[in-house]
Amino acid sequence: MTSSSKQAILQRLRRKQPSFDTPSQPIDIEHPTWPMETRITQFKSMLESVRAEVHVVDSKHWTDSLKTLLADKQIDNLLYGKQGPLSKEIETAWGDTLLPKLVCDERPVDEWKEEIFFHTDAVVTSSRAAIAETGSLVLWPDEFEPRTWSLVPPVHFVVVDSNKLYNNFAEVVEAEQWAQQMPTNALLISGPSKSADIQQTLAYGVHGPVELIVLLRQHETNS
Amino acid sequence: MQQSADFHIRVEEALANAQLKASLRSAMDGLMASRKACFPDADALEKLRLRGAQIRANSLSKLPQLLEQLEQRCSENGIHVHWAETVDAANEIVLGIMQAHQAELLIKGKSMVSEEMELNQFLESHGIECLESDLGEYILQLAGEPPSHIVAPAIHKTRQDIAQLFNEKFPDIPYSDDVDTLTRSARGILRKKFYAAGVGLSGVNFAVAESGTLCLVENEGNGRMCTTVPPVHIAVTGIEKVVEKMAHIPPLLKLLTRSATGQHITTYFNMISSPRKPGEKDGPKEVHLILLDNGRSRIYEDSELVNTLRCIRCGACMNHCPIYTRIGGHAYGTTIPGPIGSILEPQKAGSDDLGELPVASTLCGACAEVCPVRIPIPKLLNRLRYERNRSDPDGTTQGQGSGRSFTEATLWQGWSWLHRNPRLYRLATTLATRMRKILPMSLGPWTQVRKAPRIAAKTLHEQARQEGFSDQ
Repeated sequence: MTSSSKQAILQRLRRKQPSFDTPSQPIDIEHPTWPMETRITQFKSMLESVRAEVHVVDSKHWTDSLKTLLADKQIDNLLYGKQGPLSKEIETAWGDTLLPKLVCDERPVDEWKEEIFFHTDAVVTSSRAAIAETGSLVLWPDEFEPRTWSLVPPVHFVVVDSNKLYNNFAEVVEAEQWAQQMPTNALLISGPSKSADIQQTLAYGVHGPVELIVLLRQHETNS
Repeated sequence: MQQSADFHIRVEEALANAQLKASLRSAMDGLMASRKACFPDADALEKLRLRGAQIRANSLSKLPQLLEQLEQRCSENGIHVHWAETVDAANEIVLGIMQAHQAELLIKGKSMVSEEMELNQFLESHGIECLESDLGEYILQLAGEPPSHIVAPAIHKTRQDIAQLFNEKFPDIPYSDDVDTLTRSARGILRKKFYAAGVGLSGVNFAVAESGTLCLVENEGNGRMCTTVPPVHIAVTGIEKVVEKMAHIPPLLKLLTRSATGQHITTYFNMISSPRKPGEKDGPKEVHLILLDNGRSRIYEDSELVNTLRCIRCGACMNHCPIYTRIGGHAYGTTIPGPIGSILEPQKAGSDDLGELPVASTLCGACAEVCPVRIPIPKLLNRLRYERNRSDPDGTTQGQGSGRSFTEATLWQGWSWLHRNPRLYRLATTLATRMRKILPMSLGPWTQVRKAPRIAAKTLHEQARQEGFSDQ
């Protein structure tokens, strides 16, 4: 069925090759090339304009900031990736701290779906890169920090390194050669979940996280 | 099939609805202002629009190759690709997948193609529940109405309308017309459905041929829920949505979100290239992509009308349209309303059915000025007016010539003849001025809402001569 449909559709499309009046040489779009300080300011102000929190933290003591924020928000449990890139530092920082309780589960999410859907307060994940122009986090979820994690719990903490803060999306796609290695799911996250579907009034926390808190770990860099 | 009379009735009703007009006006003013604020540099915007137009034109000029490449890459990545010539075929494919998984609930992200397919009605007739999860679409599903705008579907409803609706449908939840409270109620209700649904469905904003990637733009997170939580994900898209390269995505994304709602970017930009891989802990185990034609390949055959297919569905043309702002989306009676709908829908359904839509335009040109991919909408509106009235059968649009009226055509031929014969012209204008008092006062639709024009006592030539102008 579908293969004969395919042939019929392609045959119709091949009957005539359309031509367009658009220029044939690629139009050069100017991209921002900001110094690091400007990139951080832009990143922060874009995210804050959509009610996300951004904390620029020291790369060595970021877990202290995380603990303080969790205490301020009175969060009871925090999901983290046992084998994820943040694991060692989190476990060391927690030591025998009881609250908030650290939670990890390495089973497929289907097996503990109820737990993550209805009983998980907050999650912390890493971020592959960030984008200054639009205040976006780049996530490539994997087996250690699965896709649901940045979506289902009501509070999402994201840790990102300033040396991975690009100017804009085009730069990330090119520098990291995305076309050759797209993962199962790549994501740009630019704030907590929101909607303006009721009378054009902005409301936060529709289906995804109600709060997005970014810890930008600052590294010494000259770029 | 839509009759011209139905369109007129809906327009009359919309124009008489003061509350609708007020909501639309303020919503459109807001959207126009946000878009403007997002593009502060006019030169940079023009460059970006040119780039956007170029990317879409490039994709369309290679459409058959890119569709094959997309299919190949998706298949290599483990995505099942289906081709559907008609909406019936696409609906059957969705039904087949639902039945193969014995799924009783389909949870949907926002998809205009699924509206085009009337998928909900179709699946419901087979005993399968479809649930819209975009907040605006969910509200409309509760109200039993279709969307009235492609980006902001419930734009015609007030906060109080929605509060009333929630109160009727969920009497256990205390009444509130507070937007945050209403949003929170919907979150609670729908979360249980995401948890339980067997299959999730989404649209596609861009499909990247070189990597087999399906891109989705959204703010709420429901699109991510539908494409991540249920064990099966079905994506439906029109065949024109394919673009060649991943590098083409950033400029298109920038144009789309800024033109649509004046956001620098949406909360989520979701790029899906495969089902769950071995070792991964979540995500659907099966992903299906349905490529729908439904008349698009016919539009593709006309060297001018093919530009209709450049559209990236941002809705800026409707936000800036003086007609849309006065009558709203429902009056059009089509899946896609506004200027882009008025060129797209008559081509799909035929000029004999929706041929009147291109006439519902002032041709002011605002739509073309804001279109992020520079579709010459007014030119295409004019072209479709011509298609509906043409006297030969050489066009590609279905129902061509169906609106041609013998009286009108004869009148215009007379008009043209008169203007090519100076003597006759002088005679006619002199006669008209001398007989001006006995000319008819009723001139069909024109005089239904206006007075008939009163012809001057002297012709322009006579007046000019009196003023001392020479003949040359």
